[in-house]
Amino acid sequence: MIAIVDYGMGNLRSVQKAVERVGFCATLVHSAEELDGAEKLILPGVGAFADAMKGLEERGLVGPIIQHIKQGHPFLGICLGLQLLFSESTEDGLHKGLGIIPGRVLRFAQNGLKVPHMGWNQVSFLRDVPLARGIPQGAYMYFVHSYYVCPEDPEVIAATTDYGINFASFVWKDNIFATQFHPEKSQSVGLALLRNFLGL
Amino acid sequence: MLAKRLIPCLDVKAGRVVKGTKFLNLRDAGDPVEIAAFYDKEGADEIVFLDITASAEERDIIIDVVANTAAEVFIPLTVGGGIRTIEDIRRLLKAGADKVSINTAAVKDPDLVNRASRRFGSQCIVVAIDAKRREGGWEVYINGGRTPTGRDAIAWAKEVESRGAGEILLTSMDCDGTQDGYDYELTRMVSEAIHIPIIASGGAGKLEHFYEVLTRGKADAALAASVFHYKMFSISQVKSFLMERNLVMRPGIVTTFA
Repeated sequence: MIAIVDYGMGNLRSVQKAVERVGFCATLVHSAEELDGAEKLILPGVGAFADAMKGLEERGLVGPIIQHIKQGHPFLGICLGLQLLFSESTEDGLHKGLGIIPGRVLRFAQNGLKVPHMGWNQVSFLRDVPLARGIPQGAYMYFVHSYYVCPEDPEVIAATTDYGINFASFVWKDNIFATQFHPEKSQSVGLALLRNFLGL
Repeated sequence: MLAKRLIPCLDVKAGRVVKGTKFLNLRDAGDPVEIAAFYDKEGADEIVFLDITASAEERDIIIDVVANTAAEVFIPLTVGGGIRTIEDIRRLLKAGADKVSINTAAVKDPDLVNRASRRFGSQCIVVAIDAKRREGGWEVYINGGRTPTGRDAIAWAKEVESRGAGEILLTSMDCDGTQDGYDYELTRMVSEAIHIPIIASGGAGKLEHFYEVLTRGKADAALAASVFHYKMFSISQVKSFLMERNLVMRPGIVTTFA
């Protein structure tokens, strides 16, 4: 079973439809029981970091998500689903995340740049990522976020994107894949990335 | 580098695409899902649906249109028109909209912008501003451009930013439907006054107009309806024109109209 975690944070229909478009079927899961037995997990999400952690905690999903990852099952975090993997976020105070990847989530500085970073920007792959198969270097993906991740270990950064600074737009560590951009909204290149994940 | 965006807008009435000139004189023209999919293939960076359905009993049709579009089109979809409550927003996002655009309701109840951005995140709350020139500036109009509010457009843009809007969709009522070009001064003034992205709307008629609004006008995105709808030029044609002039655009799929 491919599970999409539904914890009250945003539009999951587009993720589900994108999964269907590339020939797979995904179930929306809302509880630890429903998540049990998932072979692949997708953690999407838009909105505020603290609300998202609260949403996961209230549904008893924190433990099961960490367990899924520790068991080595493929995991894909999207946007807020990437940021939640980190130790802590500076969004509206300081909030603890899932702590799976050591590092922090920081806000873009407004140095003449519009925040949120909204629109299509290029993704430069730093290494050979299985999810990037068939995707050209410098492909445009759709972003919408005001915060970015800063991992302690630069080795987990699989791709970067330039927006005033070069930030980590794709994190990869073993079975953990996470994108700051929205593959489900990034047309054919985004769908290709999703297909690569689902086909792992 | 972040690309400038090109956004076709579809005016939708009771589930059908229409396009008005100066907000009046509507012409029927087609299926929104099909047209959205067509624009997507052509390289549109986002799609905007403006729901101009008047009757209450037909208002739910847009929900189905959004759901059907979200199953076909994998680029961001913004829906505006007639949104009054948190529940209206929730239903549209649940159906598959990525952003909603609030206009009249934001003026009548500015706290709606705060509540909506807190609940759903700033990134999906667009405030649409219809502005018309007056002595010394621009005035905000509501109710589809029929009702003046006395508010200054630039001050209003700043206010909605502070209330949590993630983006501004700015329409010049003076330029809308004229095809004589965007209101570059208005767009630039608003863009420089705020820190969130701005989509310029109203007046596109020539390829140069897109270039001007994205450079001199300092817009982050350019929206147009008629020029795409009546196939004066294709999305990819506009993108090629802009890229030849060194604007950063996401390359579209090259197709031209005969």
